Amino acid sequence: MAATTEEKILSVLETVIDPEVPVLNVIDLGIVRDVVLHNEDEVEVAITPTYSGCPAMDVIALNIRIALLTLGFKKIKVNQVLSPAWTTDWMSEEGKQKLKDYGIAPPTPKQQVCNEKLFSEEAIQCPHCNSWHTHRVSEFGSTACKALYVCDECKEPFDYFKCH
Amino acid sequence: MENQSTNQLINYTLHLADNSLILGHRNSEWCGHGPVLEQDIAITNIALDLIGQARNFYQYVAQLINKSQNTQVPRVSAVGGDSEAKKRASEDTLAYLRDGHEFKNCLLTEQPNGDWAKTVLRQFFFSIYQYFLLEELKKSKDSQLAAIAEKSLKEVTYHLRWSSEWVIRLGDGTEESHERMLKAVDELWPYTGELFEAANYEQFAAKEGFGANPSSLKTKWEGKVKQIFSEAALAFPKGVLQQTGGKEGRHTENLANILAELQFMQRTYPDSVW
Repeated sequence: MAATTEEKILSVLETVIDPEVPVLNVIDLGIVRDVVLHNEDEVEVAITPTYSGCPAMDVIALNIRIALLTLGFKKIKVNQVLSPAWTTDWMSEEGKQKLKDYGIAPPTPKQQVCNEKLFSEEAIQCPHCNSWHTHRVSEFGSTACKALYVCDECKEPFDYFKCH
Repeated sequence: MENQSTNQLINYTLHLADNSLILGHRNSEWCGHGPVLEQDIAITNIALDLIGQARNFYQYVAQLINKSQNTQVPRVSAVGGDSEAKKRASEDTLAYLRDGHEFKNCLLTEQPNGDWAKTVLRQFFFSIYQYFLLEELKKSKDSQLAAIAEKSLKEVTYHLRWSSEWVIRLGDGTEESHERMLKAVDELWPYTGELFEAANYEQFAAKEGFGANPSSLKTKWEGKVKQIFSEAALAFPKGVLQQTGGKEGRHTENLANILAELQFMQRTYPDSVW
């Protein structure tokens, strides 16, 4: 029976969507770090922010609480943990595909520019026409987790979910 | 002894929080005024990271204050309110209800934005400092400080790269951008020395192993500045009189201006909520 409850928790968490990237759920993002089922009334979830200042975290915590209420839990604790620090390596492959379908280039698997080297640029594939012939406009984008790119082939601008 | 330790941990963490909040607020003043849209977004993203870091530090301070039985501990006015429920510190009371003299940020972080050259140079000076500080703080005996440091360091790495590139771009750019960068160095350099002068709580933090002594970061900081300045065709300043006091609550008039805006809503409409 316990396994069933855990499966239910997982599937209900998959309905909690990142309000800023509305194709990813919290499991895809890799921000749910732990779920502890104390008993049938009581559950504890540990989440970690993508960036320290991510303004979506409060909303995400609230939505996790609401989702778990629908399973009948009475005592729900959502804790924030900071260590180990979130990395895009925790994003699911499914999540990366969803991002690409949505028009956001998914993070590259290898951490190429997560260092202090200057004027370096990652080769990023255009999510629209798949060309690698792209260039970075700004390493900061519409949200903390994204950078701005433009495709030199199809000329479309796009967001890149930067490796972190 | 236990009380003194908690007290100093509170002061030290407040200092870290105030640095991030005040510089974050300064950067946020660019919102809608950046030289181009992409850089407007960049500087406000950096503001957001810094304010996020400040929140993590303030939340921890509030927890320490509220847990402590020692009435001497909350050496801050920010545990206001008459009712029992309100006699608690929170990230909001710490940011919005303390007076200027209770803020422990370095003078560098409160300096006005000036032009783009001054803003990116201020960020550059602070990001190098933060980068080396957080590398040490990651090893803190205090697990929460270590966790916040680990998290923040990834963001600060971006800030450092971005601001270094701008210092080079402007320093080694046109005649005008070079002139502006020289002026920015003149204006900001007197506030860099304070970064490395350890306040009481920093000395205590280093001794107890939960923080770093900033004087030990100076050589690394200067090395990085020299490296970038040489690429940016800027001379490394020597023998400039340094201003201090921010870490102990003695600020330039700029902090009062920041707080007048930052705290306006809570001061005018106490306990108002978003």
